[in-house]
Amino acid sequence: MENWIIYILNGLYFASFLFLTSLGLSIILGVMGILNLAHGSLFAIGAFMAAWIVGAFGAKAPITIFVIALLAALGVSGLMGLLLETSIIRPMYQRALEYQLLITFGALLLIEDLIKMTWGGTAYYASKPFDIMGNLVIGNNQYPLYFLFVILITIMAGIGVWFIMSKTRIGIMLRAISMDREMARAMGIRIRKLNTLAFGMGAALAGLAGALIVPTTPALLGIGMEPLIMAFIVVVLGGLGSLKGALVGALIVGETRSIGIVFFPEIELPLLFLIAVIILVSKPQGLFGR
Amino acid sequence: MLNVKNLIKDFGKVRIINSTDFEVQEDEIVSLVGPNGAGKTTLVNLVSGHILPTSGKIEFFDRDITFASPYRRIKMGIARNFQITNLFENNTVLDNVRTCLFSIYAKIKNGFLPAGRYRTITREAVNILDVFGIADKQDLFPPSLSEGDKKILDTAMAFALKSKFLLLDEPTSGVATGDKFKVMDTIISAIKRENLACMIIEHDMDIVSDYSDRVLVLSEGEIIADGIPNEIMEQDNVKEILFGVRT
Amino acid sequence: MGLKDTFLIPRFLIYVGIFIFLLFMPKLLPTYQLMLMESGITFAIMGLGFNLLLRYTGLLSFGHGALFATGAYAVGMMGEYFPDLYRIEIVIPISLAASLIVSAIFGFICVRHTRIFFSILALALSMVLFALLVKLYNITGGSDGIHIDLPMMFGKSFEGMKRFEFLSGAYYYFLIGIFAACTIIMLVIVSSPFGKALQSIRDNEERAEMIGIRVRRYRWYAFVLSGLYTGLGGALWSFVNGHVSPEIAEWVFSGEIVYMTLLGGFMVFEGPIIGAILFTYLKLYAVSITQYWMFIIGATLIVLVLLLPEGITGGFVKLFAKLKRGEATGAV
Repeated sequence: MENWIIYILNGLYFASFLFLTSLGLSIILGVMGILNLAHGSLFAIGAFMAAWIVGAFGAKAPITIFVIALLAALGVSGLMGLLLETSIIRPMYQRALEYQLLITFGALLLIEDLIKMTWGGTAYYASKPFDIMGNLVIGNNQYPLYFLFVILITIMAGIGVWFIMSKTRIGIMLRAISMDREMARAMGIRIRKLNTLAFGMGAALAGLAGALIVPTTPALLGIGMEPLIMAFIVVVLGGLGSLKGALVGALIVGETRSIGIVFFPEIELPLLFLIAVIILVSKPQGLFGR
Repeated sequence: MLNVKNLIKDFGKVRIINSTDFEVQEDEIVSLVGPNGAGKTTLVNLVSGHILPTSGKIEFFDRDITFASPYRRIKMGIARNFQITNLFENNTVLDNVRTCLFSIYAKIKNGFLPAGRYRTITREAVNILDVFGIADKQDLFPPSLSEGDKKILDTAMAFALKSKFLLLDEPTSGVATGDKFKVMDTIISAIKRENLACMIIEHDMDIVSDYSDRVLVLSEGEIIADGIPNEIMEQDNVKEILFGVRT
Repeated sequence: MGLKDTFLIPRFLIYVGIFIFLLFMPKLLPTYQLMLMESGITFAIMGLGFNLLLRYTGLLSFGHGALFATGAYAVGMMGEYFPDLYRIEIVIPISLAASLIVSAIFGFICVRHTRIFFSILALALSMVLFALLVKLYNITGGSDGIHIDLPMMFGKSFEGMKRFEFLSGAYYYFLIGIFAACTIIMLVIVSSPFGKALQSIRDNEERAEMIGIRVRRYRWYAFVLSGLYTGLGGALWSFVNGHVSPEIAEWVFSGEIVYMTLLGGFMVFEGPIIGAILFTYLKLYAVSITQYWMFIIGATLIVLVLLLPEGITGGFVKLFAKLKRGEATGAV
């Protein structure tokens, strides 16, 4: 029984990253119709930024510094997102799918090397916050408190995004755009600005997810690749552009992964894809797709 | 030939087609008229298999096709055009028609000979374009055609499917008024030559009375009149619905 | 005879010219350059298949790396587990069979969707294969991959021969023979009734259905054909490279396939061929001058998309049309 509590909590922990990453991807896809292949690189920027700050300044008060690092990562990735949108993504809205995908693919290659130029090719470790927080004892098992911390931050971020999307003017306009772009334009919504904003927001979420992962995994080149692929699966499962979809998709993938790792460690990833494929074949628009 | 019995179509709670019965005989040209929103295009969609009815029965040559796929209906000989032209825009005019012929002659799977080598089919495609008067435009792409020519091409494609029954949804909408009769002449003479049956949705009453053997008047999903054009036009309820004349 | 058919004749003459030129290539290029060229030609075969989907069917696959890997790994595993059958005339058909099976499965799932969902799904499926190649290391050699030995070719053994000698000898002529056959077959396919059906599906799915084309099934056929070309490219590439590893199944390589095709220009039949060969040289050049080669490739890609979206051949067609002031409809 206690083991199962651990599996489920681990699943929630995986789901947290998936949710943050895929939420950003899903907002960008929903509002702009662009699949951002460089999303994983924004995740990586967040990871490097946070790991670097914790490593350089975190000797005295690691938790405080880590929180600062989280905000810094969020900010840097968000800024990078704004920069990307205004420079190369903006001319792509009217272009064909292949160009939209390729330009973000180009951005991915570019950013990967920018990270290498800025932080070098070495790994950055930032396990201090993880070590300091210690463990929670559940029966005979220990569960890291840091995992709960991640789950908590994710819930806060999720509520924040939900609040923005459903209670503020900006959020309502963003949803209007994602439902019907032309109609939104006709209603006088300033699509340009909102696109930039949405892209920045999505990027910031990816950066936050990246920052949250470094206390458990060193920041390495290519760290954003796997989260990107997982986020694709979540988005495909949950359906385009819905918060609920991202949440449920993340939970399914996270829990499957957590349980899969225990029972089928060799084929945990293919198993996940299999489930995704079964859902897609039976429900092509995803669970909550429009 | 075509036999529609007690056809009903609901969209959600709204009944678009309400227990409709009608027949179309071989080599008969029938017009379907009615005010906007009467359900004319829905009726065409039901017959062509684009959408499926809520209940009722559609028979074609005594075979039940109520729920048959569009693909099967095409193979049985029901073809249609589209109200908003629906062409293959990056294929030449010739290829637009030729692909229909390949499809109907079951040559469409063949991948090991260039299309031009199928000389008989290519010749037939050019002939069809010739019948419809656009053979000189065979190497152009649809976007460079006039609205009228696009409409004609759209109809020619339905015609090329060797159908026994053509559904034409407003074949002259979007065509300049002066050209309407020319377009209709072209289409009708091609249909007559092949002795096809045809159901036309049309708004222009002059066209209706000039070209059709019989008229069906559809109003709020029901057929309220069925008969020879000139007689139908004199009925009071038809006048009221079509021309807003109260007597 | 339509406009497009008349185009076939001068095009055919140019092909013959290029083929004769290719025959003399081993005399003209240093061995190393020749090997690059061969690598480019295998990518070109793949590019032809990829473009059948993109240009002629309107489906953008971001997972073709997996199909390429299928062909390449089939070769590797034949060498590893069936050394007696390791003859090129057996290995290549086996590779094709493997590609047929994998692309039939992938295609069956992917063609239920179009546009961006198709791309994501192809990408996700390719990552399944990637994960399997890495995880099932007992069979696949894991992330180290498999070494590719020189095969027997039509009864002739090349044991003890250096790879470059093999590649600049018999194998080169074998490769360009297959390449020529692939190009001509694909040219026929895209102008055949089947090719026309694909193009009508691309243009207007709804109408294609209404003239009696089974849209989903034809997309599937196109996917499988494309997979066969891609797998064949992978198989032929494995001999040139001498080694297969899971990177070719990863989606980044799939992205490079898209890149090659757009570099050459996907609106022109020959575009992907030119793109594949150019990309091979471009990448090698970037890698040789800096450790930040991804930066160069990425920047080139962005500039290309922004300034020359029709690719190199598309740019030429446009320029040519401008000079001639004729219609810009020359592309098949």
